Amino acid sequence: MSISGDDPLMRSGKVDFGGVLREVSLAYVPEVIVGDYVIVHVGFALSRVDEAEANQVFEYLREMEELSDHQDSGAGVSPVLPGVSPSAPASPVQ
Amino acid sequence: MKYLDEYRDAGAAHKLAQEIARITTRPWSLMEVCGGQTHAIVKFGIDELLPKQITLIHGPGCPVCVTPVELIDKALEIAARPEVIFCSFGDMLRVPGSKADLLSIKASGGDVRMVYSPLDAVKLAEQTPAKEVVFFGVGFETTAPTTAMAVYQAARKGLKNFSLLVSHVLVPPAIEAVLGAPDCRVQAFLAAGHVCAVMGCEEYVPIATKYHVPIVVTGFEPLDILQGVLMCIQQLESGRAEVENQYSRAVRQEGNRPAQQLVHEVFQVVPRKWRGIGEIAQSGLGLRDAYAAFDAEHKFGVAGMRVEESSECLSGLVLQGKIKPHECPAFGTRCTPEHPLGATMVSSEGACAAYYRYRREPIIAAA
Repeated sequence: MSISGDDPLMRSGKVDFGGVLREVSLAYVPEVIVGDYVIVHVGFALSRVDEAEANQVFEYLREMEELSDHQDSGAGVSPVLPGVSPSAPASPVQ
Repeated sequence: MKYLDEYRDAGAAHKLAQEIARITTRPWSLMEVCGGQTHAIVKFGIDELLPKQITLIHGPGCPVCVTPVELIDKALEIAARPEVIFCSFGDMLRVPGSKADLLSIKASGGDVRMVYSPLDAVKLAEQTPAKEVVFFGVGFETTAPTTAMAVYQAARKGLKNFSLLVSHVLVPPAIEAVLGAPDCRVQAFLAAGHVCAVMGCEEYVPIATKYHVPIVVTGFEPLDILQGVLMCIQQLESGRAEVENQYSRAVRQEGNRPAQQLVHEVFQVVPRKWRGIGEIAQSGLGLRDAYAAFDAEHKFGVAGMRVEESSECLSGLVLQGKIKPHECPAFGTRCTPEHPLGATMVSSEGACAAYYRYRREPIIAAA
């Protein structure tokens, strides 16, 4: 992600949506820096993804596993959902 | 993609589903508020992973779907004017009004454009000073900060040719309307994660307390939804009714303060008509007097227009969770995404569209 603009309300950045780069307003996420992941809705970043909190469901699953001996039924990944999606960071764009 | 793929892991999903089944001792009905969650549930078959005692009821959280026909007709009247460039999110273009939709206005010569962001419409207004640019601002609390910013920037730039046809709606009054209905079956809610990313969790606490319902702020990926269901069932089985946050990677307790501040600067809470439900007090956002010059309803003299809803479309019942989409007699026959009777069949977040897209075969075979 790259960031431009001095006025906080006009601050914007380039965000990588799984390969598609898009200019996004950062007016509502003044704390965001290059490399962060953000939740984007219609051209606005509305929230920074918290890395530690992002792991909590997997920590919960690990705790559950320690308490029981559930069988793993194998991993699978489904296609990307349309609409609002978390975005990935990109190296700064020229 | 990081923060996406791992939340779709089938092994982890099955583990969560097994845990839900293990702790469920009796029937429970949960409502997912957001249309994005409805689509994920139907697309990934999450409801089919759950024990039979758990029913997921699809809620009113598709902004396009709850927009009344009246407002669509206002949009059509404005969009048909020769001096207007009418900008909208793509979802609204095919939503039927009482006689036409925005695409048919475009086909007959109206300048109707799909934009990605409300700021694109502001830019267009700057570039085309001889035209009136109108943005159709539809959405929940997630979208309100984006249209608020469009109006705020237009005001700062002194643009006289930009206005907003606004129909923002608020989630908490809708949840209260569902809970206050005499035949309400909903015992817990999955609240919409992105709405809460803006608004935070605090405004749900009085509702959880007053109606004694668990409310779990939930994300949109399969693991999010399963964990949200698990947290609801844990509360229900132990008799608790609290607000919990499953989607803590994106939702802070207090929400997004800068976004809330700008929404408050530009909009005030007003009564709003919901399609199929009727008017709900204090359930929408309208422009404050200081920004009245940007109100397209007044600018184009359509504020007084009154239009009745079509009687054949049962979307009102679908939106309140009283029937499932395939229980509507018109579903898949007289009402399809190509020829929709109502918005729930059009929108990418509409429950009828989700069932048509992902559940059509078994439903037709069963009919």
